[in-house]
Amino acid sequence: MALVENIESTETRISEAMPGDYFALLKPRVMSLVVFTAFVGMLLAPGSINPFIAIIAILAIAVGGGASGALNMWYDADIDAVMTRTAKRPIPAGRIARGEALTFGLILSVFAVITLGTLTNWVAGGLLAFTIFFYAVIYTMWLKRSTPQNIVIGGAAGAFPPMIGWAAVTGGVSLESVILFLIIFLWTPPHFWALALFKLRDYDMAKVPMLPNVAGERHTKLQIVAYSLALTTVAVSPWPLGLAGPVYGAVSILLGLNFLRHAFAVWRMPDGDATMVPAKKLFGFSLVYLAALFAVLLGEALVMKVLAG
Amino acid sequence: MSEEKPETVTMTDAQKKAQRRRSIALGLVLAAFVIIVYVGSWAKMGASLFNRSL
Repeated sequence: MALVENIESTETRISEAMPGDYFALLKPRVMSLVVFTAFVGMLLAPGSINPFIAIIAILAIAVGGGASGALNMWYDADIDAVMTRTAKRPIPAGRIARGEALTFGLILSVFAVITLGTLTNWVAGGLLAFTIFFYAVIYTMWLKRSTPQNIVIGGAAGAFPPMIGWAAVTGGVSLESVILFLIIFLWTPPHFWALALFKLRDYDMAKVPMLPNVAGERHTKLQIVAYSLALTTVAVSPWPLGLAGPVYGAVSILLGLNFLRHAFAVWRMPDGDATMVPAKKLFGFSLVYLAALFAVLLGEALVMKVLAG
Repeated sequence: MSEEKPETVTMTDAQKKAQRRRSIALGLVLAAFVIIVYVGSWAKMGASLFNRSL
């Protein structure tokens, strides 16, 4: 019988956790991005894959990504409890015990990696295993609490899915899949630093060293602009590299210019601005930006496949 | 000699409901995994799945 421990006390009681609470441990919103980008990576890759294997591979990548989310929630329950954004998660809310989340995450990780490795290839399986390890151990256990560069390096974990999708089809890693990786990798810092700017107090209370509360607002805004310039340049590169067509080229340039406009608005925002409207706008637009880039990549690839017969 | 009653836990309705829901979900997930392995094996190996010496 499942017992729940309140993370603040040693008192135990019988669990009232619903299946939805376990699903919440998988961070479904992050998982949807993982599924989407992995699918795009799979579709852009040269070669073919059995459609049933493709569906199972996507499912395995999603479960693997979700499992790393559960491991993150197991380790970070103390931080989650003091941040408004995360206080209602199943562990800090007292619905699921930390030990249960750990077991849940580990079991799902093993099953996801073995399923992907056996049904596609072990390059893809190995990359998924490395992604889970990177997110749970390198980012969550090590970087998150020790350096303001946490999300720069840790962002790699979220950038691997298209590379895994690509590897599931080709059995390897190539420049094109590295470009897809780089787009998400460079997108992560401006996205999270925009969030950190208007959630500064949350991160302060949780004692998580984010760039704004370590290096200050001015330095963070400068870094946001620098990463945005790198991101918007790399994001256009699939077009000249032949990975995408002119439609993607045009859309990525237009979206990139809009991204830079938001980033410079954050840069111009006066220090100590309480409303943080430009930061909130950049955070919101960054989500649209990444989704739109991958949606156009997906759309173009589908059209090309249909035209090729 | 008097028989001692073992200590038991009485579950509330909410706890019983949650336990039942968890059991159903676990059953469905296990069934889905069986189907995934079955379909995946067919898709990966096709007819050669049965083409082996006994």
